[in-house]
Amino acid sequence: MSGVNDFAFRMATVNGTGSASSNSLLMQAIFRMGIPVTGKNIFPSNIQGLPTFYDIRVSKDGYTARPQEMDLVVTLNPSTYAKDVASVRKGGYLLYDSSWPLEPDLVREGITILGIPFGKMCVENFEGDRNRTLLRNIVYSGALAAFLSMDMEVVGQMLTEKFSKKKGLLDANRRAIQLGFDYAKSHFECPLPFHLDHMDATGDSIIIDGNSAAALGAVYAGATVGAWYPITPSTSLMEAFTSFCKKFRTEPETGLARYCIIQAEDELSAAGIAIGAGWAGVRAFTNTSGPGISLMQEFVGLAYYTEIPAVFFDIQRTGPSTGMPTRTQQADLMSLAYASHGDTKHIVLFPCNPEECFYMSVKAFDLADRFQTPVFVASDLDIGMNDWMCKRLQWDDSFRPDRGKCLTADELESVMKFSRYLDAEGDGIAARSLPGVHGHGAYFVRGSGHDKHGTYTEDADAYQEVVDRLARKFRLAATAVPAPEIHTVPGAEVGIVSLGGCHAAVLEAIDRLRDMGIVADYMRIRAFPFDAPVRAFLDSHAVTFVVEQNRDAQLRSLLAIETGKPRDEMIPVLDYGGMPLTAMSVVSAVSGHLPRPDTKRSPRKKRKVPA
Amino acid sequence: MTSITKPQVRHPGLKKNALGFTQRDYEGAMSTLCAGCGHDSVTAALVQACFELALPPHRAAKMSGIGCSSKTTAYFMRDSHGFNSVHGRMPSVTTGANAANRDLTYIGISGDGDSLSIGLGQFCHAIRRNVRMLYLIENNGVYGLTKGQFSASADVGSTSKKGETNVQPPIDPVLLALTLGATFVARGFSGDKAQLIPILKAGLSHNGLAMVDIISPCVTFNDHEGSTKSYKFTREHDVEISAADFVPLRREIKAPGTNEAISTVTMHDGSVVRFRKTHEGYDPTNREAAYAHVRACQQRDEVATGLLFIDEHGADMHAVWKTVATPLVDLTYEQLCPGDAALQALMEKYR
Repeated sequence: MSGVNDFAFRMATVNGTGSASSNSLLMQAIFRMGIPVTGKNIFPSNIQGLPTFYDIRVSKDGYTARPQEMDLVVTLNPSTYAKDVASVRKGGYLLYDSSWPLEPDLVREGITILGIPFGKMCVENFEGDRNRTLLRNIVYSGALAAFLSMDMEVVGQMLTEKFSKKKGLLDANRRAIQLGFDYAKSHFECPLPFHLDHMDATGDSIIIDGNSAAALGAVYAGATVGAWYPITPSTSLMEAFTSFCKKFRTEPETGLARYCIIQAEDELSAAGIAIGAGWAGVRAFTNTSGPGISLMQEFVGLAYYTEIPAVFFDIQRTGPSTGMPTRTQQADLMSLAYASHGDTKHIVLFPCNPEECFYMSVKAFDLADRFQTPVFVASDLDIGMNDWMCKRLQWDDSFRPDRGKCLTADELESVMKFSRYLDAEGDGIAARSLPGVHGHGAYFVRGSGHDKHGTYTEDADAYQEVVDRLARKFRLAATAVPAPEIHTVPGAEVGIVSLGGCHAAVLEAIDRLRDMGIVADYMRIRAFPFDAPVRAFLDSHAVTFVVEQNRDAQLRSLLAIETGKPRDEMIPVLDYGGMPLTAMSVVSAVSGHLPRPDTKRSPRKKRKVPA
Repeated sequence: MTSITKPQVRHPGLKKNALGFTQRDYEGAMSTLCAGCGHDSVTAALVQACFELALPPHRAAKMSGIGCSSKTTAYFMRDSHGFNSVHGRMPSVTTGANAANRDLTYIGISGDGDSLSIGLGQFCHAIRRNVRMLYLIENNGVYGLTKGQFSASADVGSTSKKGETNVQPPIDPVLLALTLGATFVARGFSGDKAQLIPILKAGLSHNGLAMVDIISPCVTFNDHEGSTKSYKFTREHDVEISAADFVPLRREIKAPGTNEAISTVTMHDGSVVRFRKTHEGYDPTNREAAYAHVRACQQRDEVATGLLFIDEHGADMHAVWKTVATPLVDLTYEQLCPGDAALQALMEKYR
């Protein structure tokens, strides 16, 4: 089904050889040609020497989900030749390094095999092993530019920007790109039937990864303390926060930092630092992944019960245990929603792409302050680490953070007896006082049983009064968190529910299902706890599918537990192998559950559907 | 953790400090620890130290984890914020609080279980970061709240109340802190307030993490014959290596005179610690010598007490990370948000 500005290709290389930067260069060049594009880096949990893949999807219609099939595969890693050859779609192309012969048994009927001696060309043209290895990536990029009719001016401009301060490297890269381009042009018919053509569809877009966007959100939210322990795939969030802070938060007169970033000894400490800082009155956060979330549980319960704001970014990866650290999943949903022992419930936000990571990051800090509680932002490896095309980020300069009920020195002056957990306004949120502000606001934070004054208690009623208020506060939070995104189509009988990074694939799947005569409504859950519209959507369809990336249908369980909708009335669509979701897997799961429509492309009316 | 409100009785004749507070103003809730607990003596020493230093109570924060020692933060300075966190994690919570507000005085109170077992990692890393705080370990060699198990500081051969003998080697927080690069290391004894108070005052004025290990006998579970953390054992084996007098800045500093046995160390705020060298040739600014002396005492079955090591030139966490002088909590949102123009300029890099 490929065509102009509608195809996908894959680079199969060895990690640690510099292919990542040339691959993102290709993606960015396509973007600058005005054509919607997506890149998925499928990398190993390793530093050097293992197979790595980079998939680029070009879609004039703007679909950004992982591509289902490859029109062209560039195979540069002998250890994955067999897999690479098999991954080319019927009628597609394989490009290999013909410096060495391709094993005859790898030659496949029904695809076109293109050979270019990349290695040999590099040996002949460049000096030094390291240079030759790095530039081989640029030579194949040049060949791809010819095969796909990439704008060489755009590519040249990007090289200039990248190597503007390194003249020698710029010249070598320019030569390398031209070598590949010229070889392809002179030996093969260029371009291939599927290729690029200038569009004007990316004008208000950017290419950014979710971790950078979330970090930028933390800067704009006014967060000043970041504590963390390195863990894939969340590490780049704090690295981005660090570089944004250096850029935006250095005091002009002194060169000193208006932030404090602490790499802690472990995730327990990182959580403790964020909570200590939140207690002392700044906006603080930590970023981690599943194993870190497990370690932070005790602290999360403390912050919940003592009502201290802090933001936790969970960039989910494939579990359980160490799992697959460089693969994606949405399998922390239950452990976030109810993190820690005892009766605990937490606000969890589910961004669907980097753009939403930015805005939800800001929102998370507001919610944490307003509700004086830990707030989780549940991103994942696909959103966090991959480059996504999304809308240019905007900022409203009139924005001011919602710091919640935080008593000032003046307000405290007239307070004779401060009661930390007193529900004075009847909304379940008690006013807090920060250390150092006023003696009248002094109180004792304790994770042990306390009454509404904050005093130690072992009295059943006094204890219950506080935890019942926490439950009321949580119910109020349901009305303040981002509402679900709901798309309805007249006559739709099928409802699809999903969340987070599944969004792109589900949107595409809904289009494909409509082509098949299946009309579906869609609700994207954006936050936990759920408000009334969530249950209403679940009740308004004869059949509801819940699409998520974990084995145990955790979102479905949350929906059942929290809305009362019977679990078995929601059909799970589960994809949990660690790869970003494709539209096809949703289409086949949904259509497989439904009887085949009589005619294609007709809106379905009174068709029976299984419960 | 339990506490009972203590009636506040005012005696008009009580001495007032520079802020006009009496010593009573530095007290807290009634202790619920066992009668005779060493920790209560430490609390009393802290009350006196803070009173004498004229610390504004609302500018101090009392930090603790879990255990008998951690309960004591409720028993002094009722007008200070307190944070009784989770077991062994006081150092990280204090690190975060200090990162947010560098201008408060942080008093962390921990115990041998809290800091040397479950929280050993946090203890070590708070020292590495040199978080500006007073870090007390009320050390009794035993888990009191769970009724008498050995802790990681119990000496080999020490016996429990039930008669069991400890066979695992102890972790000595003083030696550990010296090895980790701590900039202030002291050891006191809850039964010797005269020695302890100047140490606490010096620690409260130290520009970094001031670690004070305080042998604080557990009268219920570890004050019997055979315990090396008992009142009797400590009194008999205590060797004061260097006694300290603390001279706050506002008080006139008396010249040490010609007495060669006294040396002075000037603290970052200008106040002075004077050492009376009770041990010949002892230099409290020499880390290696401090380590050697403590080890030598240990081998003689002695407990080295006093201000053992001080380095007033060590950079605290904020100096290392080069944070602004204004506490982060006092920065305005306008100082923190780059605004839309900056965002739009940045967006060009993502094109």
